[in-house]
Amino acid sequence: MSNKRKAVALISGGLDSLLAAKVIQEQGVHVEGINFFTGFCVEGHTHAIRKKDKAKPKRNNALWVAEQLNMKLHIIDVIDEYKSVLFNPKHGYGANMNPCLDCKVFMVSKAKQWAEENGFDFIITGEVVGQRPMSQRKDTMPVISRESGADDLLMRPLCAKNLPETLPEREGWVNRDELFDFSGRTRKPQMALAEQYGFKDYATPAGGCCFLTDKSYSEKLVDLWKYRGSKEYELDDIMLLKVGRHIRPGGDYKLIVAREEGESRFLQGYKKGFTWLQVMSHGGPLTLVEGKIKEEELPFAASLVARFSQGRDADKVTVKCVRDGEETIFDVKPLPPYEIPEAWYV
Amino acid sequence: MSKISLDLRGLLCPLPVIRVQDKIKTLESGDQLEVTCTDPGVMHDIPTWCRINGHSVLSSSRSDYEFVLNLQVGGADRG
Ligand code: SF4
Repeated sequence: MSNKRKAVALISGGLDSLLAAKVIQEQGVHVEGINFFTGFCVEGHTHAIRKKDKAKPKRNNALWVAEQLNMKLHIIDVIDEYKSVLFNPKHGYGANMNPCLDCKVFMVSKAKQWAEENGFDFIITGEVVGQRPMSQRKDTMPVISRESGADDLLMRPLCAKNLPETLPEREGWVNRDELFDFSGRTRKPQMALAEQYGFKDYATPAGGCCFLTDKSYSEKLVDLWKYRGSKEYELDDIMLLKVGRHIRPGGDYKLIVAREEGESRFLQGYKKGFTWLQVMSHGGPLTLVEGKIKEEELPFAASLVARFSQGRDADKVTVKCVRDGEETIFDVKPLPPYEIPEAWYV
Repeated sequence: MSKISLDLRGLLCPLPVIRVQDKIKTLESGDQLEVTCTDPGVMHDIPTWCRINGHSVLSSSRSDYEFVLNLQVGGADRG
C-alpha cells in the first residue's frame, strides 16, 4: 500500500482553489476535491432557467477544476445544515446577506469531518491573506482554523509563507519552501502561476461564489423572512428568489412574474403548490402567488399580471387564475405602469 | 448486475450530480443507473463527474425538455 499523504481541497471552481490543489499535487500528495452545495451557489442555475443564457456554454466550474487536475470531486449537499450558518452568523454578514466568515468555518469543519471519515491527512483551501474583506484577512484566517477545529491541519498553499507553519509542513509531508506568499487583492501572482501551469479558460467570478453576495438577491431574501415572520426557508424558496420579477403590492402576498419563456417553463414545475395566474387572451408570462392572497385581491393581481402580457395596451385582457385547484376567469384592464410604484418591486 | 432508474426531473445542477453520486455509492461495480433529468446542464456535468470518478456513460439522449443518461458504475474505488 502506498504511504502517500492525502489532502482534501475545498474547491469552489475559481482559480485560487485550482492553484492551491495543484501546488500540493505537485509535491506528491494525493489530493481530492470537496465542494459544498448550500443552495445559494451561483453554479449554473440561472443559465439553466433563463432561455436567453442558453447560447453561452455552461459548465460546473468545480467539476471543470477537478478534471483539469485529474482528481476526484465530492459534491456534498449541505442545504439543511447551512441554514443555521445563515440564520445567526456569529461573525455577522458582509456587505449583503453573505456570512462569509461563518461560512468558511462551517465548510472547513465539514471538510475536516470528511477527512477523518475518509482517512485524509489534511485540508487545503485557496485562501489568500487580504484577498477578501471579511473572510480572508490576516486576523480572520486563524479564526477559521481555530473555530473549524482544523487548527494546524488547515493549510493555505498560496499564502502559507505569510502564516504560521502547519502540521503537514512540520512533518515534512509538504515542503514549505515550495509554497507561496501571495497577499492582497491583486490577482497577478495567481494569473502568472496559472500561466506557468498552463491553465487557461479558468473561471473568474466577480464578487463571491454565491448569491448571498448579490444585493438584489439578498433584498429578496430579507423580504421573504420579514413577511414570513421568521428566517425559515426551503430549497424551493431560495430557488424561486433567483427567478422572475418579484412584486409585493400588499403585505401578505407577492407575485413572481416570469420574465421570459425559460422562466415560465421553470415556474410550471411549481404550479401545484401555488395559486397561479396566466393571461389567456394574449401571450404572457406565468405568475405564481407566494403567500396568502384574499379572494377579493385576485382581480387586482390579474390586472397587474396583464400589465406584463402582450395585451398591456388592450382594453380587456382575459386572465385565468387557479387557486386550490379551482379555476376563475377574470376580464381585466391592465394596470397602467404609473400605478405600479417602484417600491412594490422587491 | 442490477439496473436502477432515478427520476431527477425538476432538479437543477448540481443536485442531479449529487443524487447520482450518492446513489452510485450504494451500487456495485458494473451496475447500471438510468437517470431522467430536465436541466440541460446534466448533459455536461454528469459525464464530467463520471469521467473524473471512473464511471462510464453508456448512452445519452434528449427529447424536447428531458435528458436521459445511462451510466455504468466503474471499478472498486468508487467516487
Ligand atoms: S461568498 Fe457565499 S459561499 Fe463564498 S464564503 Fe461567502 S457566504 Fe460562503
